[in-house]
Amino acid sequence: MAVLLTKRARVVVQGITGHQGQFNTERMKAFGTKVVAGVTPGKGGTKVESVPVFDSVREAVRRRRANASIVFVPAPYAKDAAIEAIEAGLKLLVIITERIPFHDALEVMPYARSKGTVVIGPNCPGIATPGQGKMGIMPNHIFKEGDAGVISRSGTLTYEIVNAMTQAGFGQSTCIGIGGDPINGTNMVEALAMFQKDRQTKRIVVVGEIGGTTEEEAADFIKRKVTKPVVAYVAGRTAPPGKRMGHAGAIIQAGKGTAESKMKAFQDAGVPVAQYPSEVATLLAATDGTRANVQ
Amino acid sequence: MKFLEHKAKEIFARYGIPVPRGVLASRPEDIVDPPLPCMVKAQVLVGGRGKAGGIKPAESLDEARRVAGEILGMDIHGYTVKQVYLEERLPIEKELYFSLTIDRSAREPLLMATAMGGMEVEQVPRDQLFMEHVPAMIGIQPYLLRSLRAALELPKETADQVAAIARQAYDLFRKEDAELVEINPLVLTTDGKVIAGDAKLVVDDNAEYRHPDYAGLDQDRTPLEQEAHEKGIVFIQLDGDIGVIANGAGLTMATLDVLNLKGGKGGTFLDLGGTDDPEKVKQAFEILIKANPAVILVNIFGGRDNRGGRRACGQGEGGRHLKWRSS
Repeated sequence: MAVLLTKRARVVVQGITGHQGQFNTERMKAFGTKVVAGVTPGKGGTKVESVPVFDSVREAVRRRRANASIVFVPAPYAKDAAIEAIEAGLKLLVIITERIPFHDALEVMPYARSKGTVVIGPNCPGIATPGQGKMGIMPNHIFKEGDAGVISRSGTLTYEIVNAMTQAGFGQSTCIGIGGDPINGTNMVEALAMFQKDRQTKRIVVVGEIGGTTEEEAADFIKRKVTKPVVAYVAGRTAPPGKRMGHAGAIIQAGKGTAESKMKAFQDAGVPVAQYPSEVATLLAATDGTRANVQ
Repeated sequence: MKFLEHKAKEIFARYGIPVPRGVLASRPEDIVDPPLPCMVKAQVLVGGRGKAGGIKPAESLDEARRVAGEILGMDIHGYTVKQVYLEERLPIEKELYFSLTIDRSAREPLLMATAMGGMEVEQVPRDQLFMEHVPAMIGIQPYLLRSLRAALELPKETADQVAAIARQAYDLFRKEDAELVEINPLVLTTDGKVIAGDAKLVVDDNAEYRHPDYAGLDQDRTPLEQEAHEKGIVFIQLDGDIGVIANGAGLTMATLDVLNLKGGKGGTFLDLGGTDDPEKVKQAFEILIKANPAVILVNIFGGRDNRGGRRACGQGEGGRHLKWRSS
């Protein structure tokens, strides 16, 4: 079954005529995704990778029955693009764009929720359901169909971990890159809830990093609600406090958001924490299908 | 973007938040007419300056100059004091606390206030701390101010002023793309006025393009970090000797962590991000080499399928142009 993204997704690419939009449209199609339309205001009537381009999301919905969107437009225009997609009635929105102002995200995320639209990102690698589709920028070759759900705040680190999982024989149900910004559309707890419900998913990998408290909240949720085995990795144990480590959300502030706190929260919830990214696959192999209960 | 106190207060005043009168000086001899008696306050982008001796009183012009001379050039938690702000001394009746931040979990702005100001907010007992979320799309509604007034238990005239400041601060928070607006202490004076004793302001770096005026402000970056920032390169200097360059924030952090677990120590955090522009990669290597690492570790996941090759080209070019040093 997988979560969020299945074969039924008919994807519109907002910002399809840009460098990233164009390149990734081809890669998403190669993954088997139904990319049915592109949108770039002013470029309607053209084609990119034989995908018809429209001037508005509404047109893409009317003419091509698009029901999900991936946003590549630059940060200053991303809020506009997101609201346009939500208003056009799309229920799944993946925002790849990085450096979106926090105050724009503060408007877009609650608004999407009020309209029943699930947002993944921003500043994320997207989502991939092997065998069904990809709305994102992850490399195609690292994935393999399977029963592990992956949730990550990171991009390339996720590729590294997924790649190692695939090589060790652990395919993925769906891989969700929730993004590295402080305000994101879907957080770890929400993604965990989706995987807990999903019948295809038998085990879950969580890749966290410093900053905020989403890992601590995830650990608490796992303790209370998740029956499937979970393995975690947390990046940034050597990060100095007060510095933003590349991701807008990756910062230790006033002693909060440290890797130690997150690793401890996971361990206290009975979640094995990998020391090295490569160890995730090893720890998965050691799980026996149920979550070890520590209480 | 972080703001020095005097700059934050200038912006506060623009939004109508009452601030004390003050003058800025970078040399004692520049001080001519300070508002006496005054407080001489070190202007640094770091907290805890009071305890570090960076805030002192002065009664006369001579004393103000002498005290300023002591504070200027002082090292406060690694920051050299380049400027002092001489501010009218407030007759303090009571100290309050007020702040607006972004609550990541709730995805909403968070307003916090307490009648126990002047101390670290983390030390205020939870039941003494007023906390309410403000839906960003809707803004502060009257009920929130009613409950704020009730929580702070202030006389009506004072409560009116605090409520007005809450509105003004929220206006500033939204319009200036702030991550943090903090007033600690928010001073209630003996003559019944409410004035921002201190001012902390942090503006979202992602919104820099909406606030070009702030681009030139001094930030807490090393000169090399500043150079990288201007070139759009994500770079942080660390205290190890291994120059680390990788693509993606998570992978770069993980690389530094692995080095540490294996007994090494990273000297740089350089995240190439998703770039495949050879020129950008070359610039990144130039920065990295200026950091003078003993060795360089490159960890690139050839993420976007065939683009790793082009990135490697940038590396090659960087090498040719840069005369690599390695030891």
